[in-house]
Amino acid sequence: MAGGNGKSINIKVKVWREGGDFGSGKFETYDLADIGTDMSFLEMFDVLNEKLVSQKKTPVAFEHDCREGICGTCSMVINGQPHGPMKGTTTCQLHMRSFKDGATIVVEPFRAKSFPVIRDLVVDRSSFDAIIQAGGYISVNTGQAQDGNAVPIEKDTSEKAFDAAACIGCGACVAACPNSAAMLFTSAKVSHLATLPQGEVEAKKRALAMVTQMDKEGFGFCSNIGACEAECPKEISIENIAKMNREYLGGVFGSEKTV
Amino acid sequence: MKWFLDFLTSSIGRKLVMSLTGLFLITFLPVHLAGNLQLLAGDGGEAFNIYAKFMTSNPLIKFTSYGLYTGIALHAILGLAIWAKNRSATGKSYAVKNGNGTTWASRSMAFLGTLILIFIFIHMGDFWYSMKFGGLDDKLVTYDGIKYKDLYTKVSTSFSQLWIVIVYVISMIALAFHLNHGFASAFQSLGLNHKKYTPLIKGLGTVYSIIIPLMFALIPILMMFGIDVPALNFMHN
Ligand code: HEM
Ligand code: SF4
Ligand code: FES
Repeated sequence: MAGGNGKSINIKVKVWREGGDFGSGKFETYDLADIGTDMSFLEMFDVLNEKLVSQKKTPVAFEHDCREGICGTCSMVINGQPHGPMKGTTTCQLHMRSFKDGATIVVEPFRAKSFPVIRDLVVDRSSFDAIIQAGGYISVNTGQAQDGNAVPIEKDTSEKAFDAAACIGCGACVAACPNSAAMLFTSAKVSHLATLPQGEVEAKKRALAMVTQMDKEGFGFCSNIGACEAECPKEISIENIAKMNREYLGGVFGSEKTV
Repeated sequence: MKWFLDFLTSSIGRKLVMSLTGLFLITFLPVHLAGNLQLLAGDGGEAFNIYAKFMTSNPLIKFTSYGLYTGIALHAILGLAIWAKNRSATGKSYAVKNGNGTTWASRSMAFLGTLILIFIFIHMGDFWYSMKFGGLDDKLVTYDGIKYKDLYTKVSTSFSQLWIVIVYVISMIALAFHLNHGFASAFQSLGLNHKKYTPLIKGLGTVYSIIIPLMFALIPILMMFGIDVPALNFMHN
């Protein structure tokens, strides 16, 4: 492969299979020889699936879309870590050079009651959509886009907002959390919008609506453990959770809004 | 008022109550410790017995103590409710467990809290109950012509038994771990996360979570070995 180091490894992948022939789920182990270390983790799965198809077996269902770390679909837990061992990296951006020759790699779906498994590694994350629909937007009803410089924003502020906006809604925070809490995800959106003038107008109302929806979706409560922050591929900080708590308290006590 | 009930049952609302009651208990501990250190004064229990009578008869302190019982009850009941909620929110457990860079204490708050709760029952059953409900009515001592219940002798008899001392020490270790996470966590729950103050809060939390339980644990240990700390004898210094 061009630009590669030409190395390859032999591995075993132990994958959670669920649905269809596999019923309520179990692990299956597959041997893969000669996996190029420049392959991404998903390409390794492509190779595995081609092999399974050629043997007339059901390929492993896994989610992927952009394969460049921006869409958040490539959900899976690799050796106990959502998105695998590389810090600040999605599964699609993880490469096989992160694994040793002869390794057994255990791959499981994101686990949380609010993320039910659909098949194999694919989970239903529509609970996240419901949280965004509850208020993760700004209400602009008319007109064209404003001139970019019409609303001056200080650089530190815009960077803070951008850091929070980097959330790709992947759900790794929930998968990593021992309480299956969705606080990091929800707070990233609450905090991103509350930091900017366009979003600040509805900040309290938004926090109230999104937190209420988050609770309705059945996620656990935050214990400030910090697994989310450690495993988030976009390294979203739990500072955002503190900000969401402030916005929410402001929404409850400082506004006339109820939900 | 529905909005307020909704708030109290919301995830952030419950966390706020946990945090406030936790911080309230954090302010109570040093006060409780200061009083109890008089057990080590080496004056045969005089200072401690006078203090104990004051604590169970002064109306303002009685009132505060009801606040304290409410605080503990709220904190414990809500804490266990949150634990149950979180268990119901999680799916199957992972085959490979990776701590994800987190501390054991932060993941074990309900377990540690339960140990503390059991301790509180043992502790209050042993001393507070005897003091309040007549167990010491016939064990009186007299200082300056005034009669006092001899709680000191009751305490020192208990602390001459190794297993009680061990229970106390283990409980204080649990408290240390609970606070090692809880102290700073309470501020984060309140929405206080700041580049300048958070490192300070974390540092203070670490110091507090070691010093306070250690001093508490020293009381039964030193009493078992009969070691006095005369510097604590404020009444006669
Ligand atoms: C002197 C006794 C205690 C002190 C000083 C104390 C203090 C604290 C503090 C400061 C927190 C952090 C709150 C937060 O994260 O916002 C906390 C959390 C917690 N405490 Fe305690 N606590 C005590 C006793 C107990 C008891 C008796 C229980 C009973 C089970 C308990 C159960 C919990 C639980 C489950 C949490 C975690 C709550 C969560 O995940 O949000 N604690 N405690
Ligand atoms: S906060 Fe991080 S881990 Fe959670 S959904 Fe957003 S990008 Fe994924
Ligand atoms: S496939 Fe889009 S982030 Fe991985």
